[in-house]
Amino acid sequence: MTTAINHGGLRLAGNKQRSTLKPSRLIAAPAQAVLPLDQHAGAPASPRVKVGDRVLRGQLIGQAEGEISASLHSSIAGRVRAIETRPVPYHRGSPSLCIVIDNDGSDSEVTGSLVDYRSLDPRALCEHIEAGGIVGLGGATFPTAPKLRRGQQAPDIQLILNGAECEPWISCDDMLMREQAQDILQGAVILCHALQAKRCTVVIEDDKPDAERAMRGALTKLNDERVAILSVPTIYPAGGENQVITAVTGMEVPSTGLPSDIGVLCLNVGTAAAIARWLDRGEPLIRRMVTVTGSGVNEAGNLDVWLGTSISDLIGESGGYAGSLARLLMGGSMMGLALPTDDLPVVKASNCLVAALPADLHPRGVEMPCIRCGNCSEACPALLLPQQLHWFAGSQDLGALEAHGLMDCIECGCCDYVCPSQIPLAQRFRDAKPALIERLTAREQAFLARERYESRDARIERIEAERQAKLAEKRKSMTARG
Amino acid sequence: MLIAILVMSAMGTVLAAALAGLQSSASRRERLLTERINQALPQTQCGRCTFTGCKPYAAAIARGEADINQCPPGGDATAQVLADMLGRQPKPVDPHFGIVRKQSRVAYIDEPACIGCTKCIQACPVDAIVGASKFMHTVIAAQCTGCELCVAPCPVDCIEMREIGDVQTPWRVLAS
Repeated sequence: MTTAINHGGLRLAGNKQRSTLKPSRLIAAPAQAVLPLDQHAGAPASPRVKVGDRVLRGQLIGQAEGEISASLHSSIAGRVRAIETRPVPYHRGSPSLCIVIDNDGSDSEVTGSLVDYRSLDPRALCEHIEAGGIVGLGGATFPTAPKLRRGQQAPDIQLILNGAECEPWISCDDMLMREQAQDILQGAVILCHALQAKRCTVVIEDDKPDAERAMRGALTKLNDERVAILSVPTIYPAGGENQVITAVTGMEVPSTGLPSDIGVLCLNVGTAAAIARWLDRGEPLIRRMVTVTGSGVNEAGNLDVWLGTSISDLIGESGGYAGSLARLLMGGSMMGLALPTDDLPVVKASNCLVAALPADLHPRGVEMPCIRCGNCSEACPALLLPQQLHWFAGSQDLGALEAHGLMDCIECGCCDYVCPSQIPLAQRFRDAKPALIERLTAREQAFLARERYESRDARIERIEAERQAKLAEKRKSMTARG
Repeated sequence: MLIAILVMSAMGTVLAAALAGLQSSASRRERLLTERINQALPQTQCGRCTFTGCKPYAAAIARGEADINQCPPGGDATAQVLADMLGRQPKPVDPHFGIVRKQSRVAYIDEPACIGCTKCIQACPVDAIVGASKFMHTVIAAQCTGCELCVAPCPVDCIEMREIGDVQTPWRVLAS
């Protein structure tokens, strides 16, 4: 069997059984939806509605701005109450500009045009996907259309759909594969058309036999020889983009490159399902599957949630809190973000909420000095040396951080999980990245400035030479005449 | 006698060739060093080092005609990199060449005041200003290196330097 992890990784307790006992259910539209305009990676969307406007479910309320951005649609029907800054569950609690909509209870909706993907050429299909506000639903929320555009430029690309949901607690992709396998595969076929790809592999971890069975069943019905299913062993972080790509192709994504450099494009299974819903039913990305779990909640399960619903509503749907929480996490227990409060909206990135009691969390004591045991480099799936990076991050030695591959860190947290000195390594690396990114950007800009300077010099020289040549010509003709 | 003349002239030819070879390898080494130094410079092309651009300054350092602390946009960090590269004692930027700024700045044209004279466009070393004769000009902020060379030539004094807020990275890292 192919392994996703050639080095490092951890075997962790999945904690996924409780949330997958019952089928998912669609929860009622909230009384008020809070929709941040920057809930995707890239430039924020710009508002297309005014305060007091009446909006329908599925109506465009934020337009994508710039190359990497995503549009936003209303998840409920009602009136725009405000366009103001509100706290959001990302950005470390700093507020973002949100469109706040009051539900009028009418549930009236507007659907996009139903599109047969075969009638569109890849470029037009890409534009249509962009109009649906589709972003990567694995957690990073990278807008899908620009990703596809980059993939279209690569020759002979293959598609990978990531269903290897490796992080503890999260089971929304598992549930989606069990219940909406047809949508996922329909999305796969649409994406194959958009990329003109000849191969598509759906990667599923072997701790999700029900999901795999459902997907295989749907695949038999679909009968498309381009699509295949690959089962990989359950090792955290087998579901990382790079790890999944290695499992399928046996190749590594270059350190400074993108998956398309080795002819691969990787998307989450949820993204594929969202694309199928948008094309076949005209429903833009206005709801998503969210796992609500943890020992601190009475009924764990998967909920189909309208975006903008308050997290406290989800907890209420799940029978409320049980016991006093140690932490409320968005995401899993390894890479999740700790939320300061539950009065925050569900966004496109919200795959899971863990209401964690102290027993749910990996015990963490007081940080002690590094003893250079090397456990972290044994555990690192990206083949880095976290103990060295830790050293250089402490002294802010950007040159050494770059040379030791800080940008290749996927922030999976394996290093601090195994650290006997309880050093929060992944957090340190996350904090160190912005300064290094700034430096790399400055270098890139200096390179471009130099190119422009040199081409300008060459241009001035050329113009001068042309002028001289013309002058000489003129002089010659004058002497010839004279 | 004849043998002596032949020997001496042969020796002369051989030694001249060796000397020429040595010289060309020295100039090659200087060229490579210039390139390496140039890569460490910030490419603002501002001329504050008293040379006409980053490359001429790099060449002057390579020839030993300029010191390593003449680049205010690069700041002490660049001086440090150059010191490491050349095996010299590090030193802070000489304030004689200009102030080292923490926050980088870009040129900003007060567009209603612009008369469209193209003088700033000609002054810009990195083609970061667009416009045409008798038409409004504007600075492409993302490409402006903050060299300030466009400020002085403006006849109506409508260009100023402004600090850029937070640096726009290609996409923000979502995780916090």
